[in-house]
Amino acid sequence: MDLSTTYLGLELKNPLVAGASPLSRSLDTCKELEDAGASAIVMYSLFQEQIENEAVVHDHYMDYGTDSFAEALSYMPHHVGFPRGPEEYIEHLAKVKQSVDIPVIGSLNGTSVGGWVEHARMMQEAGANAIELNIYLIAADAETSGRDIENRHIEILEAVKKAVTIPVSLKLGPYFSALAHFAEQLEDAGADGLVLFNRFYQPDIDLEELEIVSDLRFSAPHEMRLPLRWIAILDAHLDASLAATTGVYTSFDVLKMMMAGADATMLCATLLRNGIHSIQFILEGMREWMEDHEYHSVRQLQGSMNQVTCPNPAAFERGNYMRELNTFRPFV
Amino acid sequence: MITIDGNEAAARVAYRASEVIAIYPITPSSGMGELSDAWAAQGMKNLWGTTPRVVEMQSEGGAAGALHGSVQIGALTTTFTASQGLLLMIPNMFKIAGELTPAVFHVSARSIAAHALSIFGDHSDVMATRSTGWALLASGSVQEVTDMAAIAHAATLESRIPFIHFFDGFRTSHEVSKIEALTDDQLRQLINNQSVLDHRARGLSPDHPVLRGSAQNPDVFFQAREACNSFYATCPQTVQQVMDRFAEITGRSYHLFDYVGDPKAERVIVMMGSGAEAAHETVNHLVAQGEKIGLLKVRLYRPLDGEALIKALPKSAVKVAVLDRTKEPGALGEPLYQDVVTAMSEHFDAGRNGFAKRPMVVGGRYGLSSKEFSPAMVKGIYDELTKDQPKNHFTVGIVDDVTHTSIDYDTDFSTEPKDVVRAVFYGLGSDGTVGANKNSIKIIGEETDNFAQGYFVYDSKKAGSVTTSHLRFGPRPIQSSYLISRANFAAVHHEQFLKKYDILDIVEPGATLLLNIGAEPDEVWDRLPKEVQQSIIDKKLKLYAIDAYAVGRKIGLGGRINTLMQSCFFAISGVLPRDEAITHIKTAIMKSYGGKGDKVVKMNFLAVDSALENLHEIPVPDRVSSSVERPAVVSDRAPTFVKSLTAKIIANEGDRLPVSAMPVDGTFPTATAKWEKRSIANEIPIWDADVCIQCGKCAMVCPHASIRMKAYSEECLAGAPAQFKSAAGKGKEYKDLKFTIQVAPQDCTGCGICVDICPAKNKEQPKFKAINMKPLEEHLEPERDSFDFFLDIPEFDRTALKIDSVKGSQFLEPLFEYSGACAGCGETPYVKLMSQLFGDRSVIANATGCSSIYGGNLPTTPWTTNRDGRGPAWSNSLFEDNAEFGLGFRVAIDKQKEFAAELLQHLSGQIGGDLVEAILSADQSNEAGIIAQRERVAKVKVALDSDESVAAKNLLSVIDTLVKRSVWIVGGDGWAYDIGFGGLDHVLASGANVNVLVLDTEVYSNTGGQCSKATPRGAVAKFAAAGKPSGKKDLGLMAMSYGNVYVAKVAMGANDNQCVKAFIEAESYDGPSLIIAYSHCIAHGINMTTAMNNQQAAVKSGYWPLFRYDPRRVAESQRPLQLDSPAARMPLGEFTRLENRFAVLERTDADRATSLRREQQQQIAEQRAFYEEIAGVSKPKPEAPAEPSTDNKETASAN
Repeated sequence: MDLSTTYLGLELKNPLVAGASPLSRSLDTCKELEDAGASAIVMYSLFQEQIENEAVVHDHYMDYGTDSFAEALSYMPHHVGFPRGPEEYIEHLAKVKQSVDIPVIGSLNGTSVGGWVEHARMMQEAGANAIELNIYLIAADAETSGRDIENRHIEILEAVKKAVTIPVSLKLGPYFSALAHFAEQLEDAGADGLVLFNRFYQPDIDLEELEIVSDLRFSAPHEMRLPLRWIAILDAHLDASLAATTGVYTSFDVLKMMMAGADATMLCATLLRNGIHSIQFILEGMREWMEDHEYHSVRQLQGSMNQVTCPNPAAFERGNYMRELNTFRPFV
Repeated sequence: MITIDGNEAAARVAYRASEVIAIYPITPSSGMGELSDAWAAQGMKNLWGTTPRVVEMQSEGGAAGALHGSVQIGALTTTFTASQGLLLMIPNMFKIAGELTPAVFHVSARSIAAHALSIFGDHSDVMATRSTGWALLASGSVQEVTDMAAIAHAATLESRIPFIHFFDGFRTSHEVSKIEALTDDQLRQLINNQSVLDHRARGLSPDHPVLRGSAQNPDVFFQAREACNSFYATCPQTVQQVMDRFAEITGRSYHLFDYVGDPKAERVIVMMGSGAEAAHETVNHLVAQGEKIGLLKVRLYRPLDGEALIKALPKSAVKVAVLDRTKEPGALGEPLYQDVVTAMSEHFDAGRNGFAKRPMVVGGRYGLSSKEFSPAMVKGIYDELTKDQPKNHFTVGIVDDVTHTSIDYDTDFSTEPKDVVRAVFYGLGSDGTVGANKNSIKIIGEETDNFAQGYFVYDSKKAGSVTTSHLRFGPRPIQSSYLISRANFAAVHHEQFLKKYDILDIVEPGATLLLNIGAEPDEVWDRLPKEVQQSIIDKKLKLYAIDAYAVGRKIGLGGRINTLMQSCFFAISGVLPRDEAITHIKTAIMKSYGGKGDKVVKMNFLAVDSALENLHEIPVPDRVSSSVERPAVVSDRAPTFVKSLTAKIIANEGDRLPVSAMPVDGTFPTATAKWEKRSIANEIPIWDADVCIQCGKCAMVCPHASIRMKAYSEECLAGAPAQFKSAAGKGKEYKDLKFTIQVAPQDCTGCGICVDICPAKNKEQPKFKAINMKPLEEHLEPERDSFDFFLDIPEFDRTALKIDSVKGSQFLEPLFEYSGACAGCGETPYVKLMSQLFGDRSVIANATGCSSIYGGNLPTTPWTTNRDGRGPAWSNSLFEDNAEFGLGFRVAIDKQKEFAAELLQHLSGQIGGDLVEAILSADQSNEAGIIAQRERVAKVKVALDSDESVAAKNLLSVIDTLVKRSVWIVGGDGWAYDIGFGGLDHVLASGANVNVLVLDTEVYSNTGGQCSKATPRGAVAKFAAAGKPSGKKDLGLMAMSYGNVYVAKVAMGANDNQCVKAFIEAESYDGPSLIIAYSHCIAHGINMTTAMNNQQAAVKSGYWPLFRYDPRRVAESQRPLQLDSPAARMPLGEFTRLENRFAVLERTDADRATSLRREQQQQIAEQRAFYEEIAGVSKPKPEAPAEPSTDNKETASAN
């Protein structure tokens, strides 16, 4: 059975990529991911703003209360090192790269151009096979238009593309008014792939404390339908690679995503919840289903159910929703 | 050339010349130990290519012991200390010298505590070691510190005499100066390696065993003691040989005694230390004017070569003034004076004349506790020597109007050269002024040919503190070891200072004045107080202004205006060409902040550019237009003592107070902080009566007693100011009363911790609480009036309160208020709570440390009295002896009480048997019982009022002890866990009824955050620069092991009710009690406003378990230990990530941080299991929670 696929121009032995998660923080777990069958690893994100903020916070607390009182002119030892910033990440990436044979994709997270260009270059030098840009932006500013937001994405992408020669993908949030159009613009700007979709922290209200609480929950299986739709739509129009990243838990989920047009699927929640070995179960499940249904390769089913090739293209558009509405009957 | 301070100068040599360094923190020497520890953590090598072993000890006594052991093995060993620390080393010093063992102590000489503690410099500590047999080598400047440090290390090895190398605390230890550094090669040339090998060869080894430290008897001890004489006899010569070798290597020449001045001088001063530099400068100035004067600088004070000293004096000398920076009450004179007199006498007695006439020798004292010693004073001494009978045993620099020892001098005399830039900067501690000035000195010192000097004067308060920076830049090495009194540049970085202090007093005519002021350029002039305008006009000052806070806010720097003001200084002072200066500042920013990321660098670059854009020259009109007057320092209503003495100190005029103004024995009145209205907050909490649930938490956590609550009857509102807020009381005890939460607007530090803890939220807009921070400027006046009115509302009846609750306790009047502790201090809420509950009958023994400083540092004290005049009586003995000191209180009170009871019975005829019986059998277990006893005692006093019998008078002198007295022993973890642990252990074991409150900040907070045995594993602290590898000592468990000690571990921010209960139980227990109180601290690197959350996290993670161990429960067949917090409910990492002390290690050595955190997590689980065992909790053992995650979106999803 040929499970291989091509993602961002990288030849992958199967479509199961370990998505950005804390699992890539340790060399041991990276090796485990490879041994379990992951075809590539996306590193945890290097957080642009976090690095800057850490430096500012570090600076603040190292100076806090100093030079105020004769007996305590400082409170921390002399020459305590500064936060290591991106160097630590880059060194780790290089080590991961050396310890596994599968492709390693660096991940950059942020909201503005900032130091991305430099960090992307450093990732390339450390041996990254590709870079995933995780543009983490809530469009809360009433002064910023949808066009501005899109332009910022393009600006970041172009800057990074200029700096590196390795493929660059964008991990996007779902909140674009005209995603198909925007995706084409990204492709034109040089995007080698899109990763759909980023999941944002969703706030909640603590009724007792009257506080906003916010935590990121694991994606649920039903959430895969959003990327499924958009991958099916975009696959029909784009040459860029597509990766699915929400709610992919089972071999069936992977198969569906691949049929919709994904070139790879990012596994994250399932690995954290069910363990790294779940990759093996998914692979076995895929093989079993494909054998049962007489597929011989993943490439054969890839895109077979996208918006163009599927039997009912309109189902991916508004009609689908309308019919649901029409058939809905409230409980009495 | 390098630009460093004296401590670094000493440490750079000591580190490289040592193999073992034993350290312990004490101001002002701590910097030397801190640098050594940090260098060792970085693996920096010594002269022999190996990294010295740095070991922190539990006390200076411990450091001396470890050093003694180390040199006995043959290692090159050093330590750093001062003051009481040096005193604790004295027993070992006798041993080390008696064994002729090379060693060097570097001492930043500091006053010894007598009538008061002082952290500042004089020679009283060094002088106390004269009889130990150690060589004493003095340095007077930062350059000399480097040089003499090297000479000491070389000379000790060659002479076998151990050396104290000393320099003046603060004046030299903290002065930043441009000096020639010593290279490794130079040091290697200086230190004779054969002497190193000889030292090692004498070390104890089982391969060639010897015995040292025998016990000797009358037959031989004396002769053996004399056997070392030849080593002392040759030591001065050895030192001179090393000095000569040093001169060959470096070109800098020193002698045992260095004479400067006219070779034919008739009047000569003999002295040592930094004062000699000011004297040297004065001599140069006056000799150039034809004065026949000279100065003899003493370098090697012990072993004193008397003949060499006399030889170094010009034979023309007629009168010699010998100056000592110490005081020996009762002696014929101070030590150096006596030595010179003796040397002179021996010289003449031996018939070795040489002088035209035997010179007259007088002695004088100067500079105690860093008192200024200026050229004007030096000239005053030379002038005094012109008299036929100059005053002997004189003092200079003070006005002694009691015993008239002081000599007069012309305060206008100055030797400041015209080509030296003299700049004075007044900053707030929090605005970075000192840091920026240190940076400017480095820029000028290291990037130009100019010499540079910086000296910094700090406040006695930790919150809202004022710093004064004195900077000199000039073409020659700067000898001016005194403060600038004629500034040609002054910068005032905070507008309020203009209203509080006479800042322009030291500004010379034609100088430049830079102001940070919150006004448009055309409004600046009118904002200035009348006196300031007048001075500016009279002195023809050039005036510049910038609204640095506004600019800082705009570019994201907040109140950290250092780079802005530094840029302005360079732009207008003319010390460097403007463009060149700006380039240098930016280079320095890159150096300082380069590692901190682009954002920090860019922000500071922007500050430089913005400063120049927003700096304006302000035209100076020719007449005063202001109606703003400098307000009175204290209110007219203040007591006479406060007005006549305290107010002068507050106004920075303490130097002008004469001897007669001072208490003779260090006794001061309490209740003085309330007169020092500092108004340092930018924002203060304002109460919203409608939202308030009247829980009392805000008052409970307020570190400064600046937010208070009262419940009172409605009639009390008569005459209330219109804006005074009041609400109907909540809760059944208060439902018929009115209730008010009131801020003390001028005493609040604006820390905001009260607002953070407030649990009540506005229903319409939950971002608002029942108290909210509002600008002081808008609320000062109405809240001040309201607070005055509030204070006059009667206190609640103590007997009617449920004081074992948070709310009940907070109706009690605090008898500890408005301390100078850091804004948001974690210690003071406990101290205040203790004062509320027991203050009116407590006697407090306070260990040296933060609590003794915010409790007892002049000008004022936060300890106060109630309306009856009762309140805590407080004293500080030492750092190491506090438990014993407090036990002494208890024993004495108990004895007096016993005596009073005996006398009471003896006099029962006069007093009445019933009253005597009632007093002796009184139940004083609650407030009502105590008040009733006070009334009974008052009756006795009335009954015996006219009784003239000795018994009656004796009884009246001790009868107050029959009212329950609460003895509190208060201190920090450095005292309780380390230096005072032996004494604490003994006192706990004694069974005496004392209450020990350990304010556990987990570091030596007062000296700047050095590691103690209370420091948690994995925390970075000074002396634990690589993260503390071992766990925190379980002091509570140790105390519990006695079985009869009440022990509580509390964290107010995690469980305030448990905290109140613990205090009450501890005090009520008739035996030793120990409360270990989690005290968040600025040294933790936390947000002090939200610090109570850190306490919660410490408890929630299981790191800080809450418990009470009450031996009384055994009698009720209960387990004595109650666990008041559940097992860990969050991973340790969730707590440690909140604090920079842990986060630093996470950022710099993540693997070590993780490994130490895991060990700690395991220890938490094991400790919990053990505690549960003792407490008899039967439930499944908790497992260690999962490892904490790291900051990352994906991580969050993992949890």
